[in-house]
Amino acid sequence: MFESLTKYASPQIAYGLAGRLIPWFGWTAALLFIAGLYGGLVYAPPDYQQGDGFRIIYVHVPAAWLSLFTYMVMASAGAAGLIWKTKVSDAVARNCAPLGAAFTFLALCTGSLWGKPMWGTYWVWDARLTSELILLFLYLGYMALQSAIEERRTAARAGAVLALVGVVNIPIIHYSVIWWNTLHQGPTITLTGAPTMATSMLIPLLIMTLAYMCYFAAVLLVRVRGEILQQERNSHWVRQLILEGGN
Amino acid sequence: MSGLSAFLNMGGYARFVWPAYGLSLLVLMANVVIPMWRERALRRRLRRRYEREQV
Repeated sequence: MFESLTKYASPQIAYGLAGRLIPWFGWTAALLFIAGLYGGLVYAPPDYQQGDGFRIIYVHVPAAWLSLFTYMVMASAGAAGLIWKTKVSDAVARNCAPLGAAFTFLALCTGSLWGKPMWGTYWVWDARLTSELILLFLYLGYMALQSAIEERRTAARAGAVLALVGVVNIPIIHYSVIWWNTLHQGPTITLTGAPTMATSMLIPLLIMTLAYMCYFAAVLLVRVRGEILQQERNSHWVRQLILEGGN
Repeated sequence: MSGLSAFLNMGGYARFVWPAYGLSLLVLMANVVIPMWRERALRRRLRRRYEREQV
């Protein structure tokens, strides 16, 4: 069992596996995006309070969820790299950071564009918005650290420690709307209670979230493959692959 | 208002809704295209290096 798992830590096998998975995640994401955009922009009825302005939810909430999810993947891969010292998990962790930063940036910007018409302001220093901004700085700090340290293993170790310390921010972001009085609304969808949202509005949101997750998987794997090629450039299999013009 | 212009108007929220969707599209597309460009450039670089070494 353990042996079959660690097999995927071999760069060559991980490279091949990623190559086979990318089209699946990519095309699933594309189909889900089409369905989700139709559902969110056309099928879902206007909100009784916010009219058509609420439709920003379909790009805001998936980006915000993915900003947290990506961080957990980054920290877990970093921890795996610390424990088993596998190169592939380091590559996964490192390539999560720019994607997580992009999701966080989108969550902040789309939230800001939603806040203006509904709250009357683009930005407030409330707990949810501030903790999400700190998440952006965590990603950017991680990326700066990676580019500042020449030696790959050292950079990966330092990055993993930073990512693991930063995990404390994740529950803070999640519970901020419950722990503090914030302008940001409370959770509409929880694992336990029934969602306080009409089904016709909820379904496009779930489809868009799945689309973002498949997109994330596909793009992460593309980046990881690129990094494996770069790092294994002196190995026999990469030389053979490139010279044969293989994928 | 006709169907399409009503849709584009987004109930008066057009100037918030469309920038949110446009920016999301832009950032998500950039994260697909840039790594693919980089990988293609890397493959070209490696191929040149390997061919040089073979001679």
